[in-house]
Amino acid sequence: MAQAPGITDELKGMIGMMTEPGIMEVERGAIRRYADAIDDPNPLYRDVEHAKNSRYGELIAPPGFFGWPVKAATMGGLTMFGGPLARAGFPRILDGGSEYEFFIPIRAGDTLTSYAKVADITLRGGRTGNFVMITLETTYLNQNGDVVAKARSNLLGR
Amino acid sequence: MPKQICYEDVEVGAEIPPVAKVATTQMLVRFAGASGDFNPLHYEDTFAANQGVGTPIVHGQLKRGWLGHLVTSWIGEGGSLKKFSCQFRAMDYPRKMKDITVPAEGETWWCKGKVTKKYIKDDQHMVECDIWVENGKGENTTIGAATVILPSRQ
Repeated sequence: MAQAPGITDELKGMIGMMTEPGIMEVERGAIRRYADAIDDPNPLYRDVEHAKNSRYGELIAPPGFFGWPVKAATMGGLTMFGGPLARAGFPRILDGGSEYEFFIPIRAGDTLTSYAKVADITLRGGRTGNFVMITLETTYLNQNGDVVAKARSNLLGR
Repeated sequence: MPKQICYEDVEVGAEIPPVAKVATTQMLVRFAGASGDFNPLHYEDTFAANQGVGTPIVHGQLKRGWLGHLVTSWIGEGGSLKKFSCQFRAMDYPRKMKDITVPAEGETWWCKGKVTKKYIKDDQHMVECDIWVENGKGENTTIGAATVILPSRQ
């Protein structure tokens, strides 16, 4: 066990850094599989004819799609922070929640590019001891360069 | 097609029609594949035990996906989800499978929500709500909030 774990210089040095930009092609099949996996029967996620006749004109991605399919494809988050957190005495990484703002619907066929910035790294006290909170600000752009969504999310190291 | 809900239909304090979900080990496997989250925390007993959670837990992002379902099915195709936040408060544990398609007996999760605010801003009809996932013991293991834009009859 590391003694009195805190924010190391290595962690401090990550504030302001950008993660590697991530690129994801949003495919119809990936949207369908995601909708099936969360047990959401909405035809906008699976029925192309239905979607073409809707105001969207194409299958769209459900809001939660930004959670992992996009994140997994766009962020080496855990690998980037895992080492520095472990060396600071916080070997476990937990999802500390997120807030998204949506601007343009994501349609099948879109190519998304995301840029995540390390907005802050702070030491927090909790019921079960101290933890490190890493706050990321992510911007998602589509193939036209328009901002489709922004996210503020927290990773917790304990 | 279900009737489209409009701004005028919504009152502060009103409940969002709840959505039931059953997390199973099978659902976690599907979600891992669909989401790309292959953390062994969600499928390997020893790893989960070593991480201090006992047995494999439900993905937080799956519960978040459920809350997305709750809100988007409520606002219908005429509504737009503008803001969506989510925090994880407690672990959830999936049901086992009885056979290839049937879950074993056990917990059912309910996604619920309540309208907290409604207002018109920049000619858009906005509604805010609290949303949460309630487990079989009545505990809210995931909580969040959503801001939506609804169509208006006016």
